[in-house]
Amino acid sequence: MKQVTVLSGKGGTGKTSMVGGLASLTENKVLADCDVDASDLHLILEPKIRKETDFKALKTARIDESVCIRCGKCMQHCPFDAIDDYVVKPLACEGCAVCELVCPVNAISMLEKIAGKTFISDTRAGPLCHAILYAGEEASGKLVTQVRDNARKVASENDLDLVLIDGSPGIGCPVIASIGGADLALVVTEPSISGFHDLKRVLKVVEHFKIKSMVCINKYDINQEKTNEIIEYCSRKDILIAGRIPYSEDFTKAMVEGKTIIEYGSEISGAVRKVWDEINNSL
Amino acid sequence: MITAIASGKGGTGKTTVAVNLALSLGGVQLLDCDVEEPNAHLFLKPEFQHKRPVEVLVPLINEELCDHCGRCSEFCQYNALAVTRDLVMFFPELCHSCRGCILVCPKDAITEGKRTTGIVEYGVRDDIEFIHGILDVGEAMASPVIAEVKRDMNKEGDILIDVPPGTSCAVIESVKDVDYCILVTEPTPFGLNDLKLAVEMLKEMKIPHGVIVNRAGIGDEGVHEYCKSENIDILMEIPHDEKIARLYSNGVPFVSELPEYKKRFKEMFEEIRRVVEG
Repeated sequence: MKQVTVLSGKGGTGKTSMVGGLASLTENKVLADCDVDASDLHLILEPKIRKETDFKALKTARIDESVCIRCGKCMQHCPFDAIDDYVVKPLACEGCAVCELVCPVNAISMLEKIAGKTFISDTRAGPLCHAILYAGEEASGKLVTQVRDNARKVASENDLDLVLIDGSPGIGCPVIASIGGADLALVVTEPSISGFHDLKRVLKVVEHFKIKSMVCINKYDINQEKTNEIIEYCSRKDILIAGRIPYSEDFTKAMVEGKTIIEYGSEISGAVRKVWDEINNSL
Repeated sequence: MITAIASGKGGTGKTTVAVNLALSLGGVQLLDCDVEEPNAHLFLKPEFQHKRPVEVLVPLINEELCDHCGRCSEFCQYNALAVTRDLVMFFPELCHSCRGCILVCPKDAITEGKRTTGIVEYGVRDDIEFIHGILDVGEAMASPVIAEVKRDMNKEGDILIDVPPGTSCAVIESVKDVDYCILVTEPTPFGLNDLKLAVEMLKEMKIPHGVIVNRAGIGDEGVHEYCKSENIDILMEIPHDEKIARLYSNGVPFVSELPEYKKRFKEMFEEIRRVVEG
């Protein structure tokens, strides 16, 4: 079983649209939407949920005011400034349990908290593992790991040989969780000063974790000069350019119609197909 | 007044709005809290004057005092410590710096150590004071770096904060204690879906907010219909415009070429001030 993670560094470069397009081109795969913070793949693929599981992340402290003697130790020790006048602020509490430890009268208990849900669904492009993380919750990395575990399980149960992962923007915890053990990272970038800057950062992260990468330049024709800089940079680093996709309003039009770029029959289908061929060759 | 510029979806134009708003207003402090992928400096082009490392607290284990009782690892909610019969293993990237292990160790074998996870840089461009943070490559936790960026806010004046995309803990850290949050979105199904998530978060945090629709004219009517039904102010619309896109791709803030927007940004900001000051 091979695992391919699609990343971008910068948000809004077309990562999810690209994953949708690739999903239309491949058989025998399971999709994993690991952009748990702002997952969008389901908007195109209209999943029918087959299995839904609560996601329990870190616990949250609760102070029993009938026991509390207002000694102040909890507030003094809380590393996250999450206790305000003996009331815990759930969005600030990171569940470390130090307050429970220091409370001299056992007025504090740590309660399990449901921080989101994971789903295993069927779509017209095959099985999709996805999740929602409730706003402001911690542990998005842990949730990403759970979505990936689900996807691998679905793949092995159904004899599927590819897990295609939609990653999140940035370089932090959910990104790191989405690339560990992957066979390939496809980074979708755009030829802008910020797209290029963020591409370099995310490629460093991928390299740090010793994962092979290739790059796809979306909207390459909006700034040919920046596209050339990206190509030069990648060739210096020995990173393959898997494809160059011209600017096309079809990305938005397909999204509005709830179709993948391939289903929409876009003029850029050929360019997306070439990216898939490059991925396939390298696997 | 502290104003955050956020969005659910990435790439909708947060940084564009933050930088162009700062240049239109002048005399503000601009903080880039998107420490995973900081971009504002590429457009503002400040002169950096100094920087300092971001250090987080980590446990230092004195192997001579440790008797491998395992209490620290039992206590750690983040699985950052593992204790075997003759070894203590520490996984720094999982540690949340809570000091719990130090408190529970019965042998006082754990003391406070430090680890660097990023840097904060300070710069100036004309009358705009600029601060941003950069998370080290390979580090998972952005929040401590964001907290350090916000440490030197000058609360006497106006502050603009460029927030990372999404609704995660890094976003919460960036928007907590702000007076107002501008949500930048694009009028597409993805933009709408992620806008709703961001609005839910801000409602829970009781932060007043309004929307800027960027690339207006593409996509569909969903964002407008949603804002109308939820009574959310649309503060400004920036049209889908090739000239703006081209300036953006080269790192040029568009107010420098389209000065009529300076006035629009100023008026929008005064409107926000009226909302905040009630």
